[in-house]
Amino acid sequence: MFRATLKSLLSRKLRLVMSGLAVVLGVMFVSGAFVLTDTLSRSFDSLFRSAYSTIDVSVGAKPKIASGGLEDGPPAPATLPADVVERVRAVPGVASAAGDVSAEGARVIGANGKVVPSFGPPRLGTNWVDGSRLAELREGHGPAADNQIAVNASLAKAAGIKVGDQVSVLTLQPRKTFTLVGIFGYSGGRDTLGGATQVAFTDPVAQELMLGEKNAYSSVTVDAAPGVQPAALRDAIQSALGDRYEVKTGKQLADDAAAGFEQALSFFNNILLGFAAVALFVGVFLILNTFSIIIAQRTRELALLRALGSSRRQVIGSVLLEAVAIGLVAAVLGLGAGIGVGALLAKLFTAATGGLELAGIGVPAASVISAFVVGVLVTVVAAVLPALRASRIPPVAAMADVATPDRPLTRVTVLGGVVSAAGAALLTVGLSGAGDATLWLILAGVLVSFIGVALLTPLIGRPVVSLLGRIFSWSVPGRLGRLNSGRNPRRTAITAAALMVGIALITGVNVVLQSATKSLDKIATDSVDAQLFIGGDPTEDRPPTFDPTVITEAGKLPGVRTAVGEYFDQAMVNGTKTYLVATTDAVAAADIFSVKVNSGAIGALGADQMVINSDAAKKFGLAVGQSATVQLSRGEPHRFTVVAVTESSPVFPGILLPPAAAEDFAVRQLVAGYIQLRPGVQPAQVQPDVDRLLADSPEVSVVDRSGFLKQQTSGVDQVLQMIQILLALAILIAVLGVINTLVLSVIERTRELGLLRAIGLRRGQTAGMVTVESVVISVFGALLGLAVGAGLGAAVVRALNSQGITELVFPWSQMATYLALGAIIGVVAALLPALRAARLNVLNAIAHE
Amino acid sequence: MAARANDVWKVYGAGEAQVVALRGVTAEFARGRFTAIMGPSGSGKSTLMHCLAGLDATSRGEIFIGDTKVTGLSDGGLTKLRRTKVGFIFQQFNLLPTLTAKENILLPLAIAGQKPEPEWFETVIKTVGLTDRLGHRPAQLSGGQQQRVACARALVSRPEVVFADEPTGNLDSRSGAEVLGFLRNSVREYGQTIVMVTHDPNAASYADRVVFLADGQIVTELSEPTADGVLDTMKRLDVLAGVNG
Ligand SMILES: Nc1ncnc2c1ncn2[C@@H]1O[C@H](COP(=O)(O)OP(=O)(O)O)[C@@H](O)[C@H]1O
Ligand SMILES: [Mg+2]
Repeated sequence: MFRATLKSLLSRKLRLVMSGLAVVLGVMFVSGAFVLTDTLSRSFDSLFRSAYSTIDVSVGAKPKIASGGLEDGPPAPATLPADVVERVRAVPGVASAAGDVSAEGARVIGANGKVVPSFGPPRLGTNWVDGSRLAELREGHGPAADNQIAVNASLAKAAGIKVGDQVSVLTLQPRKTFTLVGIFGYSGGRDTLGGATQVAFTDPVAQELMLGEKNAYSSVTVDAAPGVQPAALRDAIQSALGDRYEVKTGKQLADDAAAGFEQALSFFNNILLGFAAVALFVGVFLILNTFSIIIAQRTRELALLRALGSSRRQVIGSVLLEAVAIGLVAAVLGLGAGIGVGALLAKLFTAATGGLELAGIGVPAASVISAFVVGVLVTVVAAVLPALRASRIPPVAAMADVATPDRPLTRVTVLGGVVSAAGAALLTVGLSGAGDATLWLILAGVLVSFIGVALLTPLIGRPVVSLLGRIFSWSVPGRLGRLNSGRNPRRTAITAAALMVGIALITGVNVVLQSATKSLDKIATDSVDAQLFIGGDPTEDRPPTFDPTVITEAGKLPGVRTAVGEYFDQAMVNGTKTYLVATTDAVAAADIFSVKVNSGAIGALGADQMVINSDAAKKFGLAVGQSATVQLSRGEPHRFTVVAVTESSPVFPGILLPPAAAEDFAVRQLVAGYIQLRPGVQPAQVQPDVDRLLADSPEVSVVDRSGFLKQQTSGVDQVLQMIQILLALAILIAVLGVINTLVLSVIERTRELGLLRAIGLRRGQTAGMVTVESVVISVFGALLGLAVGAGLGAAVVRALNSQGITELVFPWSQMATYLALGAIIGVVAALLPALRAARLNVLNAIAHE
Repeated sequence: MAARANDVWKVYGAGEAQVVALRGVTAEFARGRFTAIMGPSGSGKSTLMHCLAGLDATSRGEIFIGDTKVTGLSDGGLTKLRRTKVGFIFQQFNLLPTLTAKENILLPLAIAGQKPEPEWFETVIKTVGLTDRLGHRPAQLSGGQQQRVACARALVSRPEVVFADEPTGNLDSRSGAEVLGFLRNSVREYGQTIVMVTHDPNAASYADRVVFLADGQIVTELSEPTADGVLDTMKRLDVLAGVNG
């Protein structure tokens, strides 16, 4: 039995390669993810280790608001007062101690007038410490006057600036211009530490621009006296300073930094694993189909084996053995490709971020294990059904002439109905529910729904396929192709279902995104009575900001009725972390956003007053006249009293603080501005004047309503692009599936093709027949995908109604594109099988057994 | 002449594995006649028929169908020839399972983009006795009925010549007799030319003429054969082949 299995396996190399390809791709992404993260994390590890090797002990302050996770944005810089340096110096065993300023957000404007972009690594602004062991001066000298700066070599190169140039820098404050007096590198001849850029100022300038505080530092770097162990010194300093400060050895700092990056890397990991999941999910359909077809074709052979005495179990075993063999081969190939992909991505990553030295490409054991587990498991799971079917072939089938007729579809249909219902139920629970499991429930719901619909596909397929086919029925090859595509409803169904997955995904995402865009549009139109908007790209790590004076000045412009600016930060309110906003003018804000006041009244806010909306009132249990303790990014906790509770609105903030509170925000600059014009004034009349006010904030611009919408939804396009790559992958695999099905069908119908050729079908007509079959299957898959995707998208949109997505929009033009794509896929997928069919030697085909 | 073979040789393979299936066959098949090609298994009957019908290329020699020289035609030319001048009946798997009997019969015309002549179609259907089976699919027809559908299909385009390779090889004797009777009728009544390969003396007796092949050569032939006569000749084939060779 074993030998028979291997023999039949080898005789069908092509088909197996095709079906295995999906698994290869899936395994490739899985092992690629492991290789990439392993390689990068080791690279960063060694980077930090060498970067912090010069530090014995470091003293840092605890941030007022603990940062938690990536989506929180950069935390406010935690500061310690300058006298801490003196206190540290006094600790026995300290050879020297220096105060360091270092904070994210020093953005240099390059020689081309644009801000030098970052693709992830921080843009640090620091003080210059003479004789620091980390920085190595390459050219010029360190900043000695407050109008001087030095930058690291990679930044000088990227910005195209040289010593002696006037260089502008954006910090906590708008553009400031300095003379570049020095360029430095790092120990080991590095131009950058892991792609980070650094601008070094004098101590007072660094304190003011990067920390926003005088006489403060971010940390104190300590050198141990000879013979003093860093760990012992750390403990001594900690007990001298008390627990308001964090004292760490250089080694601890390196470990913390590396751990921070590992978290960032998990992002890549998740993307690649997502790709793998899609590839494998679609791959299961493909393998299932291939095995089913192969078994249908081998009915006689299997029946003969049964007649000769094989048991059912042996038949199942032989099919599963094939699956294991394919899975193993796919795992090996996928692992190889995954190592390549991982290495390539790691190289791309270092090239994009500039300056990370790659540690050797590593193949962690986890990547090998997961490759084999995933490869074999997925293949075997997909082969279980066909194996069971094979085992049910009766021995008499060996004598029967024709293949067993297609079984009725009742059972699959009932099963499909049940599974679809289960998927819908999961979705409903996931979409309506709150809680941590929500995302998983939705994902599971989508997945289960896909399977359910796939099971229903044979039934849906019959009328749809025959209807679609009628389009082509005017020609004989078209008619024959149409009939062929209706021949094996299950086969057509699974092939189409594989294509459905990709198209449903992209359609669903499109529905949600377009609905969100439309809803935003509606909100901006209905409830924001402003004609000009000031802001920057919201997808930046650090939201672009501008100076509050811009709003003051804008308010004085002729043609402007009112101008309002918003500060943004996170804070602890009664111990719970939340986002909040401070406004330059609460009354004007309430007017522009036409917000309804439920209780109390909005006037000019006093320094201890705040306005909250009904959601926040419920969340914090507050009412007009009551007060809450608010810890902002800086300063001590402060009590604010509620003067008004507003209706909750998608545009009006949940907690609104007076402008004075912004002094204690991490960033004391505005993130958004709204300008209401006098009646009859055109936005274009005022726009240039506001633009001039923004000259020192190049990341921010003033735009009209449509520009504002574009700015706000720019993130949408990025998400779409990401998804489109995923889709391309899913579709690629589905195309393999269509090709596979067609090739198998062509082989199966060799004799028929020979007959048709013998009675006069031309080569071109033969190819046309196969193409029609392919197009019918693909368009059917695309239609299914559109329907399922639109349904899923609509469900999500309805669930997000309370989040402000009130409009349901179907992206008709995109959907039409996807349908056309389906037809094109059909033509492309038919190329090879059609060629094969057309090339058949008539005589051999007729003699084909 | 409906079909003609002129010194046709056919060699399969090369070197050790070389098989010479036809060794200089010259034969003519007159219009309006029913010719059977007989011979023992492996004598080259199918090969000769395939070469005659343009399904296979000859190694040497020429084939004509009507006035058309088949040898050297391109695939397009061969396709056209099959559409217009040749009909086929194979031993089995003659029909497309997706099409009804009627659709199968009309398939060659449909492929060629032609309309059937209604009267002729009626005649053919009536002669094969399938009038009430036209809407059935092959799986719903018996083997004999399937072969009769195949015969009707071969005849409906009025080809120059119909080639049949063991058309009754898979049928019981009664169904076989029906098919053979129908083929003979179409020759007698409508002047169809038929060339049929068979190894069954009884089937051969339906023909007007029997050509005997042995070892890739024509050794003898019989006119107006009877089953016994054919059987007799078959028995003496070895001797005849010896004399000729
Ligand atoms: N495609 C082929 N390749 C090699 N040899 C062949 C091929 N087709 C037929 N033959 C050989 O040619 C000879 C004649 O075969 P065939 O015409 O099929 O005989 P028949 O139909 O009389 O039984 C046989 O020896 C057969 O083995
Ligand atoms: Mg033969």
